[in-house]
Amino acid sequence: MSGQHHGSSAISERVRHVEALLEARGLVDAGEIDRRIDEFLAGGSPANGARIAARAWVDDGFRDRLLTDANAAIREVGLTMAGGLQEQRLKVVANTEQEHNVVVCTLCSCYPIALLGPSPAWYKSEAYRSRVVRDPRGVLAEFGLELPADVRISVWDASAESRYVVVPRRPEGTDGMSEEQLAALVTRKGLIGTAAV
Amino acid sequence: MPDRFAPGDAVRTSTADPVWHTRLPRYARGAVGQVVELAGHHPLADDRARGRAGTRQAVYHVRFAAADLFGDGDHAVTVELWEDYLEPADHQPPGQQGGTP
Repeated sequence: MSGQHHGSSAISERVRHVEALLEARGLVDAGEIDRRIDEFLAGGSPANGARIAARAWVDDGFRDRLLTDANAAIREVGLTMAGGLQEQRLKVVANTEQEHNVVVCTLCSCYPIALLGPSPAWYKSEAYRSRVVRDPRGVLAEFGLELPADVRISVWDASAESRYVVVPRRPEGTDGMSEEQLAALVTRKGLIGTAAV
Repeated sequence: MPDRFAPGDAVRTSTADPVWHTRLPRYARGAVGQVVELAGHHPLADDRARGRAGTRQAVYHVRFAAADLFGDGDHAVTVELWEDYLEPADHQPPGQQGGTP
């Protein structure tokens, strides 16, 4: 398994060298890559994922469409997975009383930046990536999420082209809350599956 | 080319250990799982990583029982795999063809 993605000055140097070559050969304009990355990151926030989860809690029809064709469903709330070079396929899975979902990328750290913002450092760590597929119940317990023994756990490895978001279970006692108030309860960890809401 | 597998099919993953980049995680090699969903069509990552255009082929969500991957565990792991990584589960992998008993 590869090491950490970030903090390696050797890799940073190589990236800068490749960027300089691309600019020298006229393949990209100076600063274009930074601009594209900034544009891509600007719209990405866990608030987007939270809106999706809250809408799924209040609207069963939306929830069904989300679980069937997430790319189409999120357009209903003004969101898209098309912010990068191509539209990425989104797969949304929902926690139930019987089943809890958790997302990882064991090969690198693929992650739906448009809906969750930049990924947390632990998501990219080798410890999380290698251990959560093998012992999800133990890893979730370390995150403070103790699941009852009869709750099945499904781990989703983002090993190819899809990106994943988990819809957490709606908390008890939230019947009177507005969609906006509900969205404020949803955390990034909840949308990855390493916390309840 | 039509997709080779459909949801519900039992598939066995490749045991090959290529020297190049591949998107078949090591822990899921040589394991039997079930196709749960088609996840679109994409060029094989192994080809793209070697500078080749790669032909588009089906990519599937394949669900494995943890016990089949690791020998223990009661959870499931769903991995997204290109068609080239998969064979029908009843296909005997190379080197494991037994003679008649």
